[in-house]
Amino acid sequence: MPPPVCQFCGDPATVHLTDIVQKVKKESHLCERCAREKQLLPDPVGGHLNLQALVALVLGPPPPAAESAALICPTCGLQYTEFRKHGRLGCPADYAAFRPALEPLLDKIHRATAHTGKAPRSAGDGRAKRTELTDLRERLRVAVAAERYEEAAVLRDTIRQKEGADEPR
Amino acid sequence: MNLDDMLPTLGEWLRGTGPDSDAVVSTRIRLARNLADIPFTTRASAAQKADVEARARDAIAKADISPKLDYISVNGMAPLDRLFLVERQLISRELANALDGPRGVAFDSRESVSIMVNEEDHLRIQVMRSGLALDEAWERIDAVDDAIESRLRYAFHDRFGYLTACPTNVGTGMRASVLLHLPALGITKQIEKVFKALQKINLAVRGLYGEGSRASGDLYQISNQVTLGKSEPRLLAEIGEVIGMILTYERQARQVLLKERRQAEHDRVARAIGTLGSATMINTDETMELLSAVRLGIHLHLLDDLPLTTVNQLFIHSQSAHLQKLTGQALDGEARNAARAKYLRSRLRDLGGR
Repeated sequence: MPPPVCQFCGDPATVHLTDIVQKVKKESHLCERCAREKQLLPDPVGGHLNLQALVALVLGPPPPAAESAALICPTCGLQYTEFRKHGRLGCPADYAAFRPALEPLLDKIHRATAHTGKAPRSAGDGRAKRTELTDLRERLRVAVAAERYEEAAVLRDTIRQKEGADEPR
Repeated sequence: MNLDDMLPTLGEWLRGTGPDSDAVVSTRIRLARNLADIPFTTRASAAQKADVEARARDAIAKADISPKLDYISVNGMAPLDRLFLVERQLISRELANALDGPRGVAFDSRESVSIMVNEEDHLRIQVMRSGLALDEAWERIDAVDDAIESRLRYAFHDRFGYLTACPTNVGTGMRASVLLHLPALGITKQIEKVFKALQKINLAVRGLYGEGSRASGDLYQISNQVTLGKSEPRLLAEIGEVIGMILTYERQARQVLLKERRQAEHDRVARAIGTLGSATMINTDETMELLSAVRLGIHLHLLDDLPLTTVNQLFIHSQSAHLQKLTGQALDGEARNAARAKYLRSRLRDLGGR
């Protein structure tokens, strides 16, 4: 196995971080200079570890940021990077404009990316029927991820049953 | 609307009745909603906020909601009045102080429905119920939401659901909170264990006055974190299930207290009443703590001639803005603590010189 290199500058990595978030292991490798720049190492005298930077490193992986950073909402003009700084979106159209970057974020926050609940009447009737199946599939995904296999098996059977019942229509 | 008229009344959430009211103070559900064609509040201009306010007021006035909701503007309102509404749980601290521009709240005289306008989201609809009443609260807020929706076009996305300023609220836009009184779990030192378990299943625990507020008086708000990917009834069922378990633990702990240290508990409750009725200076935290002991005493039948509604009234009247309205003057620091003690002394004396 080649020695790990810093994920930011490509120098040999001497700082290795392992984080486990929602049972998913994530490893980060950095050289000392980048680690210090990103305030992941305490300063020699009396410094404190920058937890925020550490969390940002784990939760907001920089590689796709190049693309995400370029995202801008055509309706309100908000840039994706501004949203990440303040945590608030600018207008409803942002959800479509930032979708590629937002979906992974929603998955982290909610462990889901699709709404399955109430909808305004103006959104149409088709939703209600789809909702139950989407909901079941989501629960199945979560059950599998959490290794609750007995529950997953029951859900799988229910889904098959419902799919069967729905198809002729 | 004269806010001072509300002083003698208890809002819906402090009625002290409803299912499981031995340990559940109240149930609250809120829905975050935004208008489809206007930027979210933090990015909206003053003119756009005024537009949202005008459209919301019109919809609220014409919508089929009974009892009727009255709208009051919060910008321009005196700081004391804003704090008064925060203490009654009708508006958030953010709407009161952190935000600017046109904004306000509509609510009914029972204080069971409130709609904040131009909070972080254009509309924050809230329904309160005394005791544990998740299903009932949902039915009500669902109907209020329908009535408003028939007059306003909401921002809704086929995949992401109701769109909100913060992605932590997207989807259902629903946050359901149950306010619990858990003194016995506190005394028996099991509360931390309960909370660790809650965090694992994505439920948030906070103090009474919302985000960042710490628990005082053994009052804890438990709410859902997830708003996307599960239907409203399912989210509510999940919370309801967990609340049911916590209630079982709390009641068991209360039985243990009665069995193993009845005399000591009786003494603690009597001392709490004694302090409330004789102190000459008392701050909010100590008041909350003592009232918590009294509340538990009532539920354990260690005290039987003090109604729960009286405890709730002492509780709300001890809050800063209520106290200042009652005494009719602005008070701070020592003066406020002295006025609080004086109020409590006179109320407890009226109740029969205990």
